[in-house]
Amino acid sequence: MSALPTRLAPVPLRVLATTPETADSTTLVLESGAIQPGAPGQFNMLYPFGLGEAAISISADDAAARRLVHTVRGVGPVSAAIAALRPGDVLGVRGPFGVGWPMRQARGRTIVLVAGGIGLAPLRPVIHAVLRERAAYGRLLVFYGARTPRERLFVPELAGWEASADLEFVTTVDSGDANWGGHVGFVTALLAQARFDPARTIAMTCGPEIMMRAVANHLRERGMAAEDIHVSMERNMKCAAGLCGHCQFGPLFICKDGPVFPYGRIAELMTVREI
Amino acid sequence: MKTMAGLIREHPFLADLTEAECEVVAGCAKNAVFEPGTYILREGQPANAFHLIRHGRVAVEIYAPRRGSHVLQTLGPGEILGLSWIVPPYRSTSDARAMEQVRTFSFDAVCLREKCEKDPALGYALMKRFVPVLVQRMSAARLQALDMFGAQA
Ligand SMILES: Cc1cc2nc3c(=O)[nH]c(=O)nc-3n(C[C@H](O)[C@H](O)[C@H](O)COP(=O)(O)OP(=O)(O)OC[C@H]3O[C@@H](n4cnc5c(N)ncnc54)[C@H](O)[C@@H]3O)c2cc1C
Repeated sequence: MSALPTRLAPVPLRVLATTPETADSTTLVLESGAIQPGAPGQFNMLYPFGLGEAAISISADDAAARRLVHTVRGVGPVSAAIAALRPGDVLGVRGPFGVGWPMRQARGRTIVLVAGGIGLAPLRPVIHAVLRERAAYGRLLVFYGARTPRERLFVPELAGWEASADLEFVTTVDSGDANWGGHVGFVTALLAQARFDPARTIAMTCGPEIMMRAVANHLRERGMAAEDIHVSMERNMKCAAGLCGHCQFGPLFICKDGPVFPYGRIAELMTVREI
Repeated sequence: MKTMAGLIREHPFLADLTEAECEVVAGCAKNAVFEPGTYILREGQPANAFHLIRHGRVAVEIYAPRRGSHVLQTLGPGEILGLSWIVPPYRSTSDARAMEQVRTFSFDAVCLREKCEKDPALGYALMKRFVPVLVQRMSAARLQALDMFGAQA
């Protein structure tokens, strides 16, 4: 079956359920229709009719259930309209697009995930995939940075991860409140305290670009190869199929060459201001 | 039983000091325990000690009238607490509160400053450990101040 039609024309899909995550973020569960499940790190183009499209990552590994799961933060007209959808509403979906996280390379190795803010959404399917096939991977260390405790995503699931022996999950916030007994500070401070063998580790990070740069630089200083550090880049997208050039990043197209790149491939581009 | 010099050498912060340096430094160290909720350092007070955290977590806080205490950073095992003992006028710039029972190696800052003055090589060896921590904390604080996860990020 060719996947092409679902890449060019939006497929109308019904919203089955919504979960408010934070004041401005919502998780949507959609019927999958003709849309293929996609791999961790890939994204779909979501189209609230008449408004325009936004690239939104797959936020759960739910292929078996034949559902699509996306977590959206409303930052502008399109994303806010998606985040405001209710069960029963219909939106257009194209995809899946892009190169996802290097799950095959990760097999047998220690995996370090560093997520910031909404960046946990694209990394959550990695956690799901590892937990589903636990023996195939080494240790799983997850560092999650959020602005405040209230701005954390997936709170009920985080509690399960924190208690689980299958992964080492820690959250740190920029600013705590009176009830917060967890870590306060930048993610690199937590990362610096973690012990792992850089030669046997693969890292994946998603969040604001400055955070990813700081994380990648820290991991390089720890002795990790730039090729073992993977970052997910964000640029405005239009066609998502490598045709229009909207998301061009130097010689690369984020939509088809990425959004996930080995740091070695884009480190220099990340410091060029004009791109 | 292990000597204090042997014990402090197991802490990652001092792990690569020479045996002789550890002996000297250990002369200024003692074990300390802080119960949950007690203050280990107080803003504005003389910075008479710094700590290598062995167990438990510490909240570094600043108090603002009307806003109350605001946690700037949390520290845990393997980290150091207290940097003001190195820089005149040797006064703590924040509060530090034990979030749970905290055990540390507590160093007498006056004792250590005297030893560093007398033995600049030791002072330099210690500075080489403290300065990177200062730089890391400053970089992290800058990134935190950017509010990069905020709405305008
Ligand atoms: C590959 C890829 C995957 C993505 N995955 C997700 C995802 O899983 N969940 C999600 O919520 N978003 C995700 N995004 C970001 C999402 O595509 C944008 O937030 C969305 O396109 C913004 O469109 P808009 O019309 O709502 O806002 P615009 O009108 O384009 O922007 C409104 C304002 O928000 C700012 N802004 C734009 N994007 C962001 C952002 N990401 N964060 C903070 N401020 C922003 C703009 O600078 C502008 O000031 C992803 C982007 C890419 C490229």
